[in-house]
Amino acid sequence: MAKAISQAIAEEMVRDPSIVVFGEEVAAAGGTYGATAGLYERFGPERVKDTPISEGVIAGAAVGAAMNGLRPVAEIMGINFAFLAMDQIVNHAAKVRSMFGGQFKCPLVIRTTSGGGRQLAATHSQTVEHLFAHFPGLKVVAPSTPADAKGLLKASIRSDDPILFVEQATMYSERGEIPDGPDFVLPIGRSDVKRRGKDVTLIAYSKMVSVSLKAAQQLAAEGVECEVVDLRWLRPLDLEPVFESFKQTNRAVVVEESWRTYGVGAEVAARIYEECFDYLDAPVQRVAQKEVPLPYSAELERYALPKVSDVIEAVKAVM
Amino acid sequence: MDKAEMLRLYKQMVVIRLLEEKCEELYQKGKIGGFMHLYIGQEATGVGAVSARRPDDNVITAYRDHGIALACGMAPRSIMAEMLGKVTGCCKGKGGSMHLADVNLKFWGGHAIVGAHIALATGLAWADQRRGSDVVTLCFFGEGASNIGYFHEGLNLAAVWKLPCVFICENNSYGMWTPVAKASAVTEIRQKAVAYGMPGDVADGMDLLAVRAAAEKAIAHVRAGNGPYFLEIITYRYRGHSMGDQRPYRAQEEIRRWQANDPIGRFEKVLLDAGLPQTEIAALDKAAEAEIADAVQYAEESPFPALDEIWKDIYAEN
Repeated sequence: MAKAISQAIAEEMVRDPSIVVFGEEVAAAGGTYGATAGLYERFGPERVKDTPISEGVIAGAAVGAAMNGLRPVAEIMGINFAFLAMDQIVNHAAKVRSMFGGQFKCPLVIRTTSGGGRQLAATHSQTVEHLFAHFPGLKVVAPSTPADAKGLLKASIRSDDPILFVEQATMYSERGEIPDGPDFVLPIGRSDVKRRGKDVTLIAYSKMVSVSLKAAQQLAAEGVECEVVDLRWLRPLDLEPVFESFKQTNRAVVVEESWRTYGVGAEVAARIYEECFDYLDAPVQRVAQKEVPLPYSAELERYALPKVSDVIEAVKAVM
Repeated sequence: MDKAEMLRLYKQMVVIRLLEEKCEELYQKGKIGGFMHLYIGQEATGVGAVSARRPDDNVITAYRDHGIALACGMAPRSIMAEMLGKVTGCCKGKGGSMHLADVNLKFWGGHAIVGAHIALATGLAWADQRRGSDVVTLCFFGEGASNIGYFHEGLNLAAVWKLPCVFICENNSYGMWTPVAKASAVTEIRQKAVAYGMPGDVADGMDLLAVRAAAEKAIAHVRAGNGPYFLEIITYRYRGHSMGDQRPYRAQEEIRRWQANDPIGRFEKVLLDAGLPQTEIAALDKAAEAEIADAVQYAEESPFPALDEIWKDIYAEN
């Protein structure tokens, strides 16, 4: 997936000279996760720049540069550090257009990584993109496959809006086909059905899509067919395919890596109740991380994170 | 500076003073809402420094922004309409007192999260540097902002990347209600810029010509490609931090002392000493008064935004 990301950025940089890449170790080092590898060599030090470890000014400079004609693709190394940049992201990137009456533009992508599973303990393992998705003015996207990562990142870079692009940290080595061609661009604000099924609707995004697909595969062996909807975008949130599926299945499970309280599952479940109440055969189940700061020790961490067996159990609960 | 320019700047200071006195009145009548921070006493700072810019240079500031907005060339009508929340305001009534802006004048706004716009300024400056232009960014902020992380991250990045930015600290002695000595480890704010290897200077903010000269020097330094520059301007906020602040934390005597050195009165004396007739100055005062009266009438007569305006300008694409 790292290659899909660097390829997407490179293709867009060729197309549009106003695109610049910057962040901590994105230049000669090629990014902490290798997602900007080769860009520095190809596009030079003026377009691919390392910054000090200063998340506030990375995000702030990105907003200022976007207002003044550049198209920054900034990297905040981890979403846990994005808290240090949160003011810029939610108070500035999300608001400079509307608060100034439409005078200012902010074509900006902030890439960051999210998620647990690497034994980095509580402050380095959080899945908190939904917090940013709370804010009108921002768009938030989190791909579930290398191909989606490429197509969604290209769409984000071409967009004139500020977009938080969230990559799940354990997925960089994920393998998969990457569509060729500079015009492979996926739509903004559209979710995607990743598997068809008539019995239960599974709703997930980012890494939890593959967890849900594995669960669906195992359940298929038991004769239960799950439809898997990949939200892709947390804002704008496209639930049409979810409602469409739910009206067939009458049962749903939302799978998210973050904590359940105030989470994506809460939002999706509420919307299903609002829109599809008459179709409901069982309460919507939510699979999420246990409500604790994530521990370091491998066994404890695995125990706290949502896994395939949790999804299977939830599906059985709605059957 | 020729006489026409001196008269222009004098009038600009008077317009700022009168506009703000009128805003005070309208605020007390309940026509202006929210937080409002007056610039009265600091006029020479904004007018002196902004007048040294080329029209294509960027200006960005904090929430005490009325004076800087006028100095950038914004019309009192557009400002007053924004203050009253009208659709004819510079931000269509969505920004208010703290968020005046005019992209066509390269005035990138008042910003109300303390210090955050220092980070925005580095981005503005970087975009111009990247384009290979010699445009300079003037970033104004109060001394209170020098204690927040953005100040340090911003100055450091500007120095590391040699960004074309003049950081202008308007040291008005108080961060909200707290005197500078109680909030900042060093009271000469320019000392903090020394830590980032940035050249700097200090100017008397009650003296328009001193501010102008210091700003010209700063801008020339930056435009020549030498990287950022730090200008500290010593000034004084006559009014409270915002409306409703009764200023119990400082002595009337202190305020009177600064008022005796009022930037407008002082510059008026410069004009008289230069041989400009009192009648010409009085005519400018009258013209300024008329402009403010016109702005108030325009704002009062303008419509409020339609309710469905709330859905507009949130995204570029839906």
